[in-house]
Amino acid sequence: MELAPETKAMLEDKAKRIRRHIVSMLAEAGSGHPGGSLSIADIVTALYFQVMRVDPARPDWEDRDRLVLSKGHACPVLYAALAERGFFPVEELMTLRKINSRLQGHPDMKKTPGVEMSTGSLGQGLAAANGMALAGKLDKKDYRVYVILGDGEIQEGMIWEAAMAAAHYKLDNLTAFLDFNGLQIDGPIREVMNPEPLAEKWAAFGWNVLTIDGHNFEEILAAVEKAKATRGKPTMIIAHTVKGKGVSFMENQVGWHGNAPSKEQAEQALAELA
Amino acid sequence: MTEKIATRDAYGKALAELGRTNPDIVVLDADLSKSTKTDVFAKEFPERFFDMGIAEANMIGTAAGLAAAGKIPFASTFAVFATGRAFDQVRNSVCYPRLNVKIAATHAGLTVGEDGASHQSVEDIALMRALPGMTVIVPADGVETRLAVQAAAAYKGPVYLRLGRPKVPVIFDDNYRFAIGKAALLREGQDVTIVACGYMVGEALAAAETLAGEGVEARVLNMSTIKPIDTEALVKAARETGALVTAEEHNIIGGLGSAVAEVLAEEYPVPIIRVGIRDTFGESGSPADLLKKYGLTAADIVEAARKAVAKK
Repeated sequence: MELAPETKAMLEDKAKRIRRHIVSMLAEAGSGHPGGSLSIADIVTALYFQVMRVDPARPDWEDRDRLVLSKGHACPVLYAALAERGFFPVEELMTLRKINSRLQGHPDMKKTPGVEMSTGSLGQGLAAANGMALAGKLDKKDYRVYVILGDGEIQEGMIWEAAMAAAHYKLDNLTAFLDFNGLQIDGPIREVMNPEPLAEKWAAFGWNVLTIDGHNFEEILAAVEKAKATRGKPTMIIAHTVKGKGVSFMENQVGWHGNAPSKEQAEQALAELA
Repeated sequence: MTEKIATRDAYGKALAELGRTNPDIVVLDADLSKSTKTDVFAKEFPERFFDMGIAEANMIGTAAGLAAAGKIPFASTFAVFATGRAFDQVRNSVCYPRLNVKIAATHAGLTVGEDGASHQSVEDIALMRALPGMTVIVPADGVETRLAVQAAAAYKGPVYLRLGRPKVPVIFDDNYRFAIGKAALLREGQDVTIVACGYMVGEALAAAETLAGEGVEARVLNMSTIKPIDTEALVKAARETGALVTAEEHNIIGGLGSAVAEVLAEEYPVPIIRVGIRDTFGESGSPADLLKKYGLTAADIVEAARKAVAKK
């Protein structure tokens, strides 16, 4: 898919801003999950700035597209995108994980405008997204539901219950992204509990499966369009990503799954993302 | 006693009735619709019924998503699975975001009978009661079940409805007004109060009759809403009768007895004796044999009432 140069430049700029927010927020909070936030920054940017029909002035607009961040620990990327999109002030990002903040350590739909589902206990977001997609079908609405899963997260059995159900109910208004960065807290997913082969598993569960480079906007957007054109099946977009993408010392380092950068590390990261 | 109806049967009918007037009602089941009686709704509204297969966690999660998109989902399976198998989903996907999901669980307690301990929930009230924002209702008969289903649908937020497998006597007539959080006074008395829920309400009334023959006038309260509990009715009962007995088809730890004791220990301490399952699992057997063996009969309530009165 050919992207207009100005669109591509806009998305690249947004993604960079979002990555900078992630680094700054986490450094300020002193805890949180940079690796898996940075790995999906391009996907989330594409969704909020090119794909999804949302209105920051009406977060509860019933015809809006919905994103469920099932890998809830990556919420810094979601908050950064929502703030950049205008759901709340960018300055509020610095309150992440602090007392009385609307930005909880894991997403809370009751507190944060634009957050569609409270997540954090892994494995639950796909079922919730299925429910939203089912409701859309019942109401004959044309909104679409997106969900982002972690590659470690799919070790949860409930994911496969939901995978079965999404295909059974032919939820072609549902598109899932799998953040295939290959790492989880205890190490490489292949060593901890190998969920591969991924494409074959999702296809066997009745999904339309696409495989892309999760840092390439043309591929992300082309896959979303293919998903929209698919009838009778939900689509799984397996996105090859780099954990910690964009910050040299975080890339592919499992230690950056759940550790915040120090002030000095944040400065170095921000310099790289300038 | 006259007519007998299982609360699960009343649930199935009430749900279908509700479906006729409220298009937002949707129903989910986990391959037990013939037992939970959601099949009545399914036959009438197939497009609004979702069989989720034997996957309770996914059923509750899906219900949460439906609620997030404006539907009023009723999710049903046996109580032991709805609250145990899917506990984390009830906690994180329903209660934490305070979504409008109704969990109507049937086959609660020992009266499941022959299927045995794996299917007899003795801890579901305790689990659901401990979740912030969860409303817990245990209807006593078919009439109250129908009203509780309507009230649950009208209420915005998570509700746990605990229903039973066996036929139980009809206690209420058509004039009964149910309200979430309000106890119903079934019999006046000044010597002791029996607070019961669900199946045990019928036993409580029988016990009061026996006690009256001994010159002990027992008040009987139907405490169908375990949470939020009717503190006013409990304090009034403690003040006016000076001793209480609780009766529930549930572990004495964490259920109705605990809820009553918690309130009165702080508000108006009086002797309380709890009739319930004494921190043990059940076993196979007929409901009647089980209730007798595990101390859940009118005779057990009478015995407890005598003890409570003696402690005054």
